[in-house]
Amino acid sequence: MKHDAIIPETALGSAHQSIAHDSAIKHVSGRANYTDDITEPTGTLHAALGLSKVAHGRIRSMNLGKVRAAPGVVAVLTSADVPGHNDVSPTGKHDDPIFVEEQVLFHGQPLFAVIAETRLQARKAATLAEVEYEALPHHLDPLAARDAGMDYVTEPLKLRRGTPETAMDAAPHRIAGRFSIGGQDHFYLEGQIALAIPGEDDEMTLFVSTQHPSEVQHMVAHALGTRSNAVVVNVRRMGGGFGGKETQMNLFACVAAIAARKLGRAVKLRPDRDEDMIATGKRHDFVVDYEVGFDEAGHICAVTGDWHARCGFSADLSGPVTDRALFHADNAYFYPHVELRSHPWRTHTVSNTAFRGFGGPQGVIVAERIIEEIAYATGQDTLAVRKANLYRNGQLTPYHQPVEDQILPRIFEELEASADYARRRQAVLDFNAKGGIVRRGIALTPVKFGISFTATHYNQAGALVHVYSDGSIHLNHGGCEMGQGLHTKVAQVVAEAFQVDLDRIKITKTTTEKVPNTSATAASSGTDLNGMAALDACNQIKARLVRFLCESRDATADEITFARNRVMVRGEAIPFEQVIREAYFARVQLSAAGFYATPKIHWNRAEGRGRPFYYFAYGAACAEVSVDTLTGEYTVERVDALHDVGRSLNPAIDKGQVEGAFIQGMGWLTSEELWWDDKGRLRTHAPSTYKIPLASDRPKVFNVNLAEWSVNRERTIKRSKAVGEPPFMLGIAVFEALGMAVASVANYRQAPLLDAPATPERVLMAVERLKRESAA
Amino acid sequence: MAGDIRFLLNGDEIRLACAGPGDTLLDFLRLERRLRGTKEGCAEGDCGACTVLVGRLLNGTLIYEPINACIRLIASCHGCHVVTVEHLAGRNGRLHPVQQAMVEQHGSQCGFCTPGFVMALYGLWMGNPDPSVLDIETALQGNLCRCTGYEPIVQAALAAARAGGQAQDWLNVERSTVTTHLTALIGHGADVSRGTERAIVPADVDALAEALLAHPKAVIVAGATDVGLWITKHLRDISPGIFIGHLMKDIAVDAEGIRIGAGVTYSEFIPVARRHLPEAEPYLLRIGGWQVRNAGTIGGNIANGSPIGEMPPFLIALGARIVLRKGADRRIIPLEDFFIAYGKQDRQPGEFVETILIPHHEGVRVAAYKVSKRAHADISAVSAGFAVRERDSHIEEARIAFGGMAGTPHRASAAEAALVGQPFARESFEAAAQAVQDDFAPLSDWRGSSDYRRVVAANLFRRFWLEQSGTTEPVRIARAVGA
Repeated sequence: MKHDAIIPETALGSAHQSIAHDSAIKHVSGRANYTDDITEPTGTLHAALGLSKVAHGRIRSMNLGKVRAAPGVVAVLTSADVPGHNDVSPTGKHDDPIFVEEQVLFHGQPLFAVIAETRLQARKAATLAEVEYEALPHHLDPLAARDAGMDYVTEPLKLRRGTPETAMDAAPHRIAGRFSIGGQDHFYLEGQIALAIPGEDDEMTLFVSTQHPSEVQHMVAHALGTRSNAVVVNVRRMGGGFGGKETQMNLFACVAAIAARKLGRAVKLRPDRDEDMIATGKRHDFVVDYEVGFDEAGHICAVTGDWHARCGFSADLSGPVTDRALFHADNAYFYPHVELRSHPWRTHTVSNTAFRGFGGPQGVIVAERIIEEIAYATGQDTLAVRKANLYRNGQLTPYHQPVEDQILPRIFEELEASADYARRRQAVLDFNAKGGIVRRGIALTPVKFGISFTATHYNQAGALVHVYSDGSIHLNHGGCEMGQGLHTKVAQVVAEAFQVDLDRIKITKTTTEKVPNTSATAASSGTDLNGMAALDACNQIKARLVRFLCESRDATADEITFARNRVMVRGEAIPFEQVIREAYFARVQLSAAGFYATPKIHWNRAEGRGRPFYYFAYGAACAEVSVDTLTGEYTVERVDALHDVGRSLNPAIDKGQVEGAFIQGMGWLTSEELWWDDKGRLRTHAPSTYKIPLASDRPKVFNVNLAEWSVNRERTIKRSKAVGEPPFMLGIAVFEALGMAVASVANYRQAPLLDAPATPERVLMAVERLKRESAA
Repeated sequence: MAGDIRFLLNGDEIRLACAGPGDTLLDFLRLERRLRGTKEGCAEGDCGACTVLVGRLLNGTLIYEPINACIRLIASCHGCHVVTVEHLAGRNGRLHPVQQAMVEQHGSQCGFCTPGFVMALYGLWMGNPDPSVLDIETALQGNLCRCTGYEPIVQAALAAARAGGQAQDWLNVERSTVTTHLTALIGHGADVSRGTERAIVPADVDALAEALLAHPKAVIVAGATDVGLWITKHLRDISPGIFIGHLMKDIAVDAEGIRIGAGVTYSEFIPVARRHLPEAEPYLLRIGGWQVRNAGTIGGNIANGSPIGEMPPFLIALGARIVLRKGADRRIIPLEDFFIAYGKQDRQPGEFVETILIPHHEGVRVAAYKVSKRAHADISAVSAGFAVRERDSHIEEARIAFGGMAGTPHRASAAEAALVGQPFARESFEAAAQAVQDDFAPLSDWRGSSDYRRVVAANLFRRFWLEQSGTTEPVRIARAVGA
């Protein structure tokens, strides 16, 4: 790997170098401050939420007398105490109340908040509420909701190209099936939290663990009945987000702010982990009915499908999430004729939300299921069917955007070689042929992921760069740090632009005071957007410096270059800080606001046509597993991944994103199961019951590489590609490998048709089913 | 004479006259001492973000172990040395080798879990200078990371081991001073209160027996790996609480069998099991994570009466008995008789589990099985203990007990009956696999459906046979650790 080479002429820590996360030393020494670690203002109060105990019902009475009388309680807030709008709907649908007014729509919905001197007092008091409900029937899953005549939470989408009906009829073979795909809890290690500090007049300052400070600002203003210019939202870092803090923290921020406004004291709200998991949205679960027509060789002729989503009680982000499921229902494969329909069902569950991949994984995995169906029906290796159906440049996606940057054939070729796929697959077949208790499976799966917010207007960003007269640089931009290394990468861009060592650059908290109207740090877009905005700011300042040097040194612009920590003017090396000092005395503006808007993209949702994505990111992974066919338990023996990040801004950080996303994707499809009981209560609401992967679940051999030769053909920041979400779907390789191990018990004559997540139970029950069916 | 709660926190002695039995170490660190490097991730001992080291004297030797501060109650820190992440960097301010390795290997992303990982790795680095990857995975079973996928953290553990430097580490340099200090602190128990709440730390077992006679309804707290959740999750008041985690630590192996004190932790039991009950070791390594095994006790697991009962099925199969003590009186009962019904045990007010007696099992084929959604640090969907005595290639005796299949851990009598007197052969275990269906009517919950539990219970008979049949084919998947 050539990552670690430091070229002496280049500034230390500038773009493309594998430097450590900017907070790494603070992380390991416990000195990185998260919201709960900030020293609270004197007299800070603590809030706790009171949650509903039914999944659907009308509140007959709510007696909060005992709550108010409990030790330490200062106030109790209900919907009547909201000075502005009792709503945190991010889409303006007004379907997401802060506190229930009359009708409870899911078990765990907030009814009231208690404010007390200590957090423990608030939590204990919240348990004393006496609430009577008139229970109403509840519908938890999407098909039950459909059958009960529930409505959509948001407008569905249809993508269509060609004539799928005739193509399906004409296809030599067709298979229809149903696939249940579970949701996923974010399980950010730092839970939701907000600290609100009242100021003079209508001012409110918040510290919130959020991916979307501008939306918190907007929502708090809305809830307080004031304007955005009175609200300041700050976030230095989050202890993980993964989409779970894109809209879900609005509730907590608003409750803290309402209480702080009412009481004139700082108020902190940090729910317990169980309440966090019960009261906040998750990845959407889907039930997908699909049909595929194909020929003898396994080429796809036509695909149709219905994506039924459990959206929960409100729209939240279910519109764009279910849209993105359809955008990725092709994964990397060309569907000559296609129709895909989304069904965003309202259910009596918490409102599902953004989660890494944002619906994309629930599209991609269906494409892989379709491949699996064809492979078992035609008696081929799934990889052969995958290769046969890969997009060729120029072919159209179901949304009529041509694929123009296809690099999967090269990724496949390199990964097949480095993973030794053919030999190992034969070894797996030979091992299984012995008919033992332990079975093996191997699979190699691709991902193609569209980069850009599909809501075109979100594809903008701002940055603010100050160069102080001592030559130190203050960097601020609209993106939020949640562990992904965004601040490090953007600082590297600035270091490269000015050719100064990274230690001259101070990375500062994200705040609505410095960069307004920011988009959520989401859709993998943080670096693409904010890196460009920061570069724009740097270029403005650099242009002024060049102009100044041209005048003061009687030089032309092409005689001036920025070298490491100095500026070269006609062969003379002037230290950077001297240039800055001179410029300051010459009254040159040393601060700039940068801006960026992604070019080329457009999207007409009504017609299902456009170019929603600026470019695609690609990758592939090969996974091998062992399965115990007596218990369904399994282990991942080896994974090889090759992923495309374009020209990496920081290979170490990007590799970390790929590894982490892989394990998170694997967790979604293996041990992470959301389980509701018949009363509509989520019973897997803490790490004791909701099992994310451990160190001992990671592949025994885990080879992750970046496609170092890849360069983004679009003019992105330093020709890099977004990395947050795409590798999440590499975890599908584990799911597909489990399927192969299961299918071995019926000698691969039947598709395994595992539902997700493939818990040991689902694996064992599939083994039993295949044994039964093959015996029959 | 019992008095204040006294312990060392990093370099300071802490003395608390006013404390409640439900006060957690984590809240004390974060709220009272403003040591905010230690994080709260789950408040139930499952994520490890709050990991700190606790040093204590075990038979006179100072040992340091990682534990979860979120469910460690402050009263049970009496006589201990609590070490937090803030104490880790050297006096020169340089990063500790474990911290340095985490930085260099890119072991942190969001960083919230990182101090907890650093402390678990610190505990490993100190106790095992040359860990294998399996050792590292085992040490990290109690720490969740949602960002990195763990690979760089495992690499950091290996790099820290290569860096070495244990002899220069503060905790080793100051070992004798701390030992002397703790010896002085632990000499007497503690008895503190706040308002009407009271926490009692008896100095020895006799004092415990006496305290329980005086407070027969007291909540007995050993490792608090379950009681901790009564406090943090159910917001229960546990006063008066009597803290026993430092008592009943004796382990003896004699002609009768293995006698283990009720206060022996899983971690303390593992080396004994490795020698005298090797079938149990992989099973023990699937109970909780390292932090939980360092706190949780075998006696607590029994007395608590969980329907899953991680230890009881295996102990019941082995024919274990327990000693129950009240005042100076003791009675001995078979463990299987202790579990009367769901949530109901044969323990009188004022009585406590003092000792567990595990008979030797020469000539008996034994196995301990655990099946769970996640292989490690997960509560079983089904757990089972098998003990089968063979004579003249026939089954003379079969003791088979299950957890997770009913309201209490209990024996599979129909399956046992199907085995006794039959040839030691595949067909007999196949018959038992059928018969066990009559033994239990398991519930469906998030750990497993009724159907799944039934299929697994039957298959465990098949597994037992295969493992005992001498086959060379793999019968179980061989992950890092565990059965």
